[in-house]
Order: sequence, then structure tokens, then C-alpha cells
Amino acid sequence: MQTDIARLLTRPFDVSKILSKRRQIRHVLQNAGKHTEVRLAILGGSTTSELVDILELFLLKEGIQPVFYQSEFGRFYEDAVVDNAALRKFKPEVVLVHTTARNLQHIPEAGESGESVEHKLDLEFERFHSIWTCLQKEIGCLVIQNNFEPFPQRPLGNLDSVAAFGKNNFICRLNLRLAEHARKMSSWLLINDINYLAAQVGLGEWCEERYWYSYKLALSPTANVALAHNLTKILRAAFGKSRKVLVLDLDNTLWGGVIGDDGLQNLRLGNEAPEGEAFVAFQRYCLELKSQGVLLAVCSKNDLVTAQEGFTHPDSLLKLDDFAAFQANWEPKHENLVRIADSLNLGLESLVFVDDNPAEREIVSAQLEAVAVPDVGSDISRFAEIIDGEGYFEAVHISAEDIARAGLYQANAKREVSLGKFRSYDEYLLSLEMEAEIDVFNDYYLDRIAQLTNKTNQFNLTTTRYTAANLRHIAAAAGYVSLYGRLKDKFSDHGLISVVLGEVKERELHVLLWLMSCRVLKRGMEHAMLDALVAQCQNKGITGIYGRYLRTAKNGMVAKHYEEMGFECVSQSEQESTWRLDLSRGYENRNRFIQITSYATDHTRQVTADLPGSF
Amino acid sequence: MQQIILDKLQPIFREVFDTPNLEIERSSSADTVAGWDSYAHINLIMAIEREFNIRFGLGELDQLTNVGELVDLMESKLNRPR
Repeated sequence: MQTDIARLLTRPFDVSKILSKRRQIRHVLQNAGKHTEVRLAILGGSTTSELVDILELFLLKEGIQPVFYQSEFGRFYEDAVVDNAALRKFKPEVVLVHTTARNLQHIPEAGESGESVEHKLDLEFERFHSIWTCLQKEIGCLVIQNNFEPFPQRPLGNLDSVAAFGKNNFICRLNLRLAEHARKMSSWLLINDINYLAAQVGLGEWCEERYWYSYKLALSPTANVALAHNLTKILRAAFGKSRKVLVLDLDNTLWGGVIGDDGLQNLRLGNEAPEGEAFVAFQRYCLELKSQGVLLAVCSKNDLVTAQEGFTHPDSLLKLDDFAAFQANWEPKHENLVRIADSLNLGLESLVFVDDNPAEREIVSAQLEAVAVPDVGSDISRFAEIIDGEGYFEAVHISAEDIARAGLYQANAKREVSLGKFRSYDEYLLSLEMEAEIDVFNDYYLDRIAQLTNKTNQFNLTTTRYTAANLRHIAAAAGYVSLYGRLKDKFSDHGLISVVLGEVKERELHVLLWLMSCRVLKRGMEHAMLDALVAQCQNKGITGIYGRYLRTAKNGMVAKHYEEMGFECVSQSEQESTWRLDLSRGYENRNRFIQITSYATDHTRQVTADLPGSF
Repeated sequence: MQQIILDKLQPIFREVFDTPNLEIERSSSADTVAGWDSYAHINLIMAIEREFNIRFGLGELDQLTNVGELVDLMESKLNRPR
């Protein structure tokens, strides 16, 4: 339930769903753990009740329980400057001056002289300046001021941006004045950039005119949600709750391809190809974050040396020394994330984890609730946009101590273990709802099998390469046992990812080839393949299976494969080893997590319609 | 038709007024439903527009005095080809 709600309050927003479920969302969030109370006054130039309602949801999600004060409609100036007893009594920690371009009083008119427009600019700036000054002097709180969004109508057309009396020219200049002042007063004055927000939402979507006329709502429901989200980023930053570390996967996150299988020179990285260019752009975005103080870290399932080699790629903007922590090994990622946080002496709530693989994202978000795991999807061209939209690393140029009263913003006591958390790795595997199709070679798959034998380097016991023609011959010949495996889970269909091939000699099977794609490591697929292999052998009256391991530069991870599968060692040297599994004493199936089907059960209906090679 | 509209309005009212057992009738109005202030009113109208996919024009709601009249107005909008 809580994860569903977290998703609802993450971009892209389903605005109607947030609006229709808002009370339910509030109940759930309020009952989830402890919240820090923050006293927030909103001085509005429009109706503020809708904003308050939605803002509360976003703040609750961040562990903040707001207590609100709302000015009467339109009394933002009076409440701050003239008659602020009630506001003073409320003792706000933060005041938001929630105004929009509708609240401007000195708007230039067509044909007006430059001098006169300049005067209007001064008047308008002074009006807001006096609001901030009063709030600062008499209340001493943090002040957040909306800047101004463009006017949607521009009778002057494009000239509006050029002429000194252009209304949107005026808005631009006024916003710059606000920014200049906020830079000087950065210890207590922050800008809520609704000028950017209106562009992001779209000016046409920003306001619903009839709601302004009927209810004095300056924002459409969509804009209201976007504004609440944006304010939450500012408040999170102001209260020292922004995140500090961007933890990155490597393969298909920082470059295209799998470095352990494809090799450094075959990675898709560099501006010669569309995908390579997108990976370079994402690396550049990571570097921009680094240059503003965000720490970068790597968390990858790879051999350390192989992983590090990736950063020697000539087109890699990121270099090894850009990373404050580097975990590349075959341990579960949630364990490595804990190591990364420990090594940087930061809490897990400082981490953002980015991985193209949905299964990795799932286990990390389930095991480590505190880590932010954006759903970046698998399209690299969207990664930066999705991470950026959440504003995880938002900063304000004030130290948290300036505004944080003692003890007020200490991290929440450890939250109760969520129901969604897996109690064990086994439970996680079960939750994946894996299904494998395991069967003997058939014509439809031979090309894919050949391809796999030629590009799999890590989980590959003998690294023997085959062509499709070789394989066609083997599939037709007697005296071989050949199996392929396809795997899918609730997130995706991984396709054909494992192959085992053996030759029968005198009632013993000699395994020539055993390989598996690294995409499905630690899923128990190798157990399912062994079960199927043994079943085939038993049908043929085979009494034992021999397996060989031939060491290469890349297949160190499977050195103990046969041992782990319960084979006994026959001979062993530095470069190779031979193993045997005795079947005469019976065999108990190893697979516990994957439901097995065969080619026939999956394809009988389509097989006649499909042309060879269409897979 | 009017009864169907009224039935579909029940859950919307319950959600907006956060009262799970609220029963509205044609005679219900801001005077009889607790918490029907201007804020709840905005919520309610926006929720109805969203759920029924209709739009109230400027001023159309000003003369209404109870839920029954709201239902009548909604019926006329729903019957109009869109």
C-alpha cells in the first residue's frame, strides 16, 4: 500500500487519482512512522486550500507533518506588512508568499515609455521587498517567494518578448530582480521557480480560467500538484533532507552493452551512434551533479577489474576517480548499497540508486526502504529527465543549522519494517513469479543459441563457440543431449538465456557446453537446467554426467559451478577441472523457484503459424 | 436517470466530506451536510466534473439551492450530445 502511494506521488503524476484518493493517501501516510512537525504559513494571492491539501501529502511522504496557516484570500500583503498579529502568533518556521502574475498591480501598457516601465518594475519589486523584509524582521522565519509565470495571452505577439513594455518582457526582468535579491539574502529568502514550472506543465495547462473566475484558483489541478511537488523539494532541501549520493549501475546504465560479455571495444558509448550518444549525455548529467557536490558511486554485478576497465573507454566522460565509492562484485546489490553508505559515513536515506534492470530496482526498494529508487525504465534517453524531475539533490544556499531548531529535524527513528520487505532472498525469488521454458534444441532457436554461444563469456564453462550450422547438425544427430532455457518473470521476458549441450559416450554424458546470460544470475536457473538435463539422461539410461571447466580471462565466476551443482571432482588443475555427477544413486530436483514448461506447452498453438526465424 | 446520478454522487460526497456513512438526498444542501464550506464546495464540483466528465459553466451553479437541483442540472448536461 505504501509503495503504491509513493508511486502515486512520483512523476509523472496521475492527477485525478491523487485528487480522488487524497484522503486515503493522507490516512496511510499519517499512520506510517513518525513525522517532524513544521509550521508553514501560506500567504496567498489566490485560494490556497487546494494547494495546502496536496502539499500536505507530499510533505507527509518526506516525513514532515505540516501545520498550516492560510491568509484570507488575496491578503498576502496585508498579512505580512500591515496586520500581522495573527501570523506572528502562529509562529511560522516557513512563510510561502504564494503569488502569481495575476497579483501584479503595475503591469506595463503598450506604448509606455521605457522609463515609465522601469518605474513600474521598481514599484512591483518594492511591494514584494517590503513583504519579505517585514517577515524577516518581525517573524524571523524562512521565506519562500514564488517568482512569476508568463502571461498566457500576449496581444503584442512575439513583440511582447522584445518591447520594453511587453508584459512578458516585464515578467522576465522582474524575475531577475527577485533572483538577484534572493542571492544576496540566501540565508532566509528562497525562490519557488514557478516560471520554470509553468513552462514544464505547459502554459495552456497551468491555469483553468473558469476556476479562477469561479473560485479564485490561480492554478489548474495539474499545476497545483506540480507546484506542491516543487515546494516539497525546496522544503526538503531547507530541512537538510536532500539526498547526497547518486549510485549507478554500469552495464546498460552508464554504457550500452555488458562489458564482461561484449568486451570494452564493443560497448555502445560515444557520439557516433544514437544510443552511444545518449549514454554520453547521461554521463554528462551525472558529472553536472558531481560538480555541484553530489557524490557518485558504482554498484554493479561485475568483476571489479572488468568494471573498472569500462572507464578507460575513450568516450567515457566519467573516469574512475569521479567515484567516491565503487562496489563491483557478485553480491546482492542491496548489500553493496549498505557498504557504500557505510564507507561514505552516510545514511541510506542519502542514496539514490539508478539501474536499468527492473528486478534489481525491485529488490533494492523492497530491502532498503530508505534508498530512493527512481523507476528510470530502460530507455537511456529518459534517465536524466526522470532523475532530475524528482529533485533528489535540490540544494539551498543555507546551512540546515541556520533554520533547524535543535533536534527538530533529526532523522526519524527507524521505521517499522515494511510489509513489502522480503524476509529472505528465497522469498524475493518466489516473488518474481519466474517461469522457464526448457526443452531440447529446435530449429526456431538455433540462430539465437549460436549467437549466445558466441557472445557469452562469463557464465560459460568451456567457452566453446558454435555456428548455427554446427548446431543444426548436432540437433539432428543421435548421441547428443541438447537443452535451451528461456526465462521470464513478472517484470520481463529475458528470452533464451541458457544452453547446455552434452555428448553421450558409453552411458555417460560429457557436457560440451554450459552457459547462461549474466542477466539472470542468482535466479536459480542453473538448477532448473540441471534438473532438465538429468531428466533427459535418465530417459536415455545414462548413469553419470561429466562436466569440464576450462578457465579463461573472463569466466572466473563459474570456477566452482560444478562443485556447487553437487558434482564430485575427478581432476583439477589451475587451467581446468573435470567433475562427475553420479546418477545411479538417484537424483532430487534442485529447482525451487521457477515454474517449468516445455516448448510444446508454450507454442503448440502458434508453432504452425510462425515462420522459422521469427523468434 | 436522476436516481442513477444520485447513486453515483453518493461515493463522491462521502469522499469529499470524509464521512463514510453519509447519505445524501435530493433535499440535502450546504445547510444539512456538515462541513459544506466553500473549500468543500470547490472539491465537490471539481470531483463531479472529473467523475462525470462534464463541465459547469460560469454562474451555472450560483442559483442552485440543494442536491436535487444539482442532479437536474447534471441530467440536462448528460443528456446533451457532447
